[in-house]
Amino acid sequence: MGRVLLVALPFAWLLALFLVPFLIVLKISLSDTALAIPPYTPTLELSEGWAGIKAFLAALDFENFIFLTTDDLYWKAYLSSLRIAALSTVLTLLVGYPIAYGMANAPDHWRPTLMMLVILPFWTSFLIRVYSWMGILSSEGYLNQFLLWLGLISTPLTILNTPAAVYIGIVYTYLPFMILPIYSSLERMDGSLLEAAEDLGCSRLSAFWLVTVPLSKNGIIAGCFLVFIPVIGEFVIPSLLGGSGTLMIGKVLWEEFFNNRDWPVASAVAVILLLILIVPIVLFQLNQQKQREAEE
Amino acid sequence: MGQTVFEPWNDPEAKPLIQFRNVTKRFGDFIAIDNQTFDIYEREFFALLGPSGCGKTTMMRMLAGFEKPTEGTILLGGKDIAPIPPNKRAVNMMFQSYALFPHLSVWDNIAFGLKRDGKPKDQIAARVDEMLKLTRLEKFARRKPHQISGGQRQRVALARSLAKAPKLLLLDEPLGALDAKLRTATQFELMDIQEKTGTTFVIVTHDQEEAMTVASRVAVMDNGRIIQADTPARIYENPNSVYVADFIGEVTILTGKAQKSGTGYAIHYAEGAAPLHAESETVFDNGETCHLALRPEKVAISAERPEDRRNVVQGTIIDIAYLGNLSTYHVRLDTGQMVKAQMANTRRLALRGFTWEDRVWLSWTDTAAVLLKE
Amino acid sequence: MRRFTWFNATSLTLGFAFLYLPMLILIIYSFNASRLVTVWAGFSTQWYGTLFSNQGFIDAAKVTLKVAVASSTVATVLGTMAALVLVRVGRFPGRTLFSGMIYAPLVMPEVITGLSLLLLFIGIGLDRGVFTIILAHTTFSMAFVAVVVSSRLVSFDRSLEEAALDLGASPFDAFRLVTLPIIAPAVISGWLLAFTLSLDDLVIASFTAGPSATTLPIKIWSAVRLGVSPEINALSTIMIGIVAVGVISASLITKRATLRREAEERAAVQG
Repeated sequence: MGRVLLVALPFAWLLALFLVPFLIVLKISLSDTALAIPPYTPTLELSEGWAGIKAFLAALDFENFIFLTTDDLYWKAYLSSLRIAALSTVLTLLVGYPIAYGMANAPDHWRPTLMMLVILPFWTSFLIRVYSWMGILSSEGYLNQFLLWLGLISTPLTILNTPAAVYIGIVYTYLPFMILPIYSSLERMDGSLLEAAEDLGCSRLSAFWLVTVPLSKNGIIAGCFLVFIPVIGEFVIPSLLGGSGTLMIGKVLWEEFFNNRDWPVASAVAVILLLILIVPIVLFQLNQQKQREAEE
Repeated sequence: MGQTVFEPWNDPEAKPLIQFRNVTKRFGDFIAIDNQTFDIYEREFFALLGPSGCGKTTMMRMLAGFEKPTEGTILLGGKDIAPIPPNKRAVNMMFQSYALFPHLSVWDNIAFGLKRDGKPKDQIAARVDEMLKLTRLEKFARRKPHQISGGQRQRVALARSLAKAPKLLLLDEPLGALDAKLRTATQFELMDIQEKTGTTFVIVTHDQEEAMTVASRVAVMDNGRIIQADTPARIYENPNSVYVADFIGEVTILTGKAQKSGTGYAIHYAEGAAPLHAESETVFDNGETCHLALRPEKVAISAERPEDRRNVVQGTIIDIAYLGNLSTYHVRLDTGQMVKAQMANTRRLALRGFTWEDRVWLSWTDTAAVLLKE
Repeated sequence: MRRFTWFNATSLTLGFAFLYLPMLILIIYSFNASRLVTVWAGFSTQWYGTLFSNQGFIDAAKVTLKVAVASSTVATVLGTMAALVLVRVGRFPGRTLFSGMIYAPLVMPEVITGLSLLLLFIGIGLDRGVFTIILAHTTFSMAFVAVVVSSRLVSFDRSLEEAALDLGASPFDAFRLVTLPIIAPAVISGWLLAFTLSLDDLVIASFTAGPSATTLPIKIWSAVRLGVSPEINALSTIMIGIVAVGVISASLITKRATLRREAEERAAVQG
């Protein structure tokens, strides 16, 4: 009896507030825009019975999806999201790996503190962390002031409201997601492996490439997925730092919904975004599963 | 001592506490317990002994109620216990990991079961104190499990499982986590407590020495079956199979053909060699294959041929295992078989006679070895 | 042996400077006397004054706290149940769907979660406000609680529960008296995680809030879109301060507890 309740309660909650809402999105993506409340047709009229359902189904079509292919704004936005996500994942890896490596090589009694320092930003408001870069990157911002003072530049650089600012913002906010899995795989590594490699004639650099990097592969893969997947749908960073020139699909969806009030198109954008995400999510799951099996 | 011998299994009048009736337990295709029928009597200290995976733990978990038999019934005091959930059974278990609740003090761990029965507070307190005294833990009542040593934890686990005065106490490798020295001391403590409380103990262990020391009867298990259940002495001296003889202690097995000869049998174990002789209760046909199980301590080793023994063979020392109090000599007979012989090291090393490659005589009496069918 | 080289030291220094300098600058400039945020004009706490006299922020903070406490508490109950289902309950119809729905919110873009919940609330005619934000936040944060709690449950020694049953506890009592106290740290961190996620969330709240309820992130959002403002710097400083104090004291407490435990275990071994 208790078991049934244990399963039923969270199950019912998720069905009602996760699965049903998503089915509604799917349905609305197949509807037409209308000047009404809610602003789409058809609406399901169950009072008309089977005929109502049939009429409802007949009125659904892929028009919105066809529209998405005709206006190049959308596929450019999808492509640009993927490109930004991929490039920023690589950048985050390049910044994060040396930090994780340094942490794993740090003296034992430092590590809990270093770990805490990586986790602390994670608990701090995402919005505030993105916002903190606005003051740094603006044309009269701290970075430009500093560079002008150094004499490296004579006129302020334009960084805010360019893709560069978006990359900086992503690397900054997602860095802990990259550092933690890499650190945990490096930390578990047996230090004597490197000694063995050097004993067998490797130089330090080749020991790093031939031993350390392959052994931290799982951490690298996990970290990359943990950055790549959420960045594709990112909204706050491109909106605050990217300006009007940066196209990302999360931002397009938001604007389609709030500014244009085009719910069916917004829903269609969401459905496509999910379809795009399925591939990396499945790959990530497979990788995690493989890793769990390897550990057992 | 004048005591009557405690052997309820030989008394047709005695009523068993636990009866396994054709019990089979399967996990998917795997047969953990294979159609077993046997009894355990009140006040017994019964040991289930076997290698890991032999089914001994499953047997115990069925008694505790964590597993249900696939077929057959288990009776406790004459009643089928299958429908009774573990929290309603008058059976308690001492877990291999001790399973002490880490967030509760020693006192609260011992009181846990009593509180579940809704006993009055003063009765609970009295019983817990009694248990603390029994296990000499009075000083540690307020400590948490991580604040006491391994041996003390073991005693807390014992006190906790005894607190409810169960009809039957199950002990799952109770001494496995202790170091060798502590284990021996604790074995005697366990026997002492079992005697004081009069509880029936069923112990699961893979350590034969432990089983032999504590138990009134030992059941040697393999592949989901009890091969032999008997007193430690009979298990050792009269194993019923090569498996049991080999599992308990050291043994040399010589295989040959049996031939009736006088009151015993002549065993032809090698071409051209004089047959060996052994007395046996088991009946063999002439020419039937038989196995002679020979304990190394019953084999004498000498430089000269002994005249007073019927079984005398000659060989060369191949290996010597020096164990401190004993030395085991691995001797290759001229007919090719290896025989182990043990000798107490009553003299200092330098004075001992035999070394590698020495030619020696091995000898034993007619009744020293056991003749086995399989 | 591990070697801590100059390379390691440099990458750690630069890395942590990168992580902390932006926040540090934010904090310093929240004490700037000038309204021009990029020009230092002397120390002042005036922006904290303006912040606390701004009723809009105070109200938003109250709504945010209410939402965070309610949603994280419900999410902790549901998430813990879901974790028990995932780890303990064997097969049941819809198990794959169930675990899929538990993990999906972890990778679902917030814009989609927000959009779909908004469409649901409109579809069933539920007025948007504090209640709908609580529903939305509970749904996505229970997934995080479930992950945290189930990873603890996986390593939980089942024999402790069996021992409780063996000693006469009912299954519910075994959970209440043994399992729950032992996994409590994981449940508490699950709650804290859900609480922070709710405090932080802009996107889902924006979709599900409606005009009647404004949370702090929504308020901050509408302010910072116009550019850097000294009040927001002050607000950020307060929020960073609270988190820092919380995280640092939590890690100090854990560290001391571990050290004490180790000392006690050593003492126990020595008798």
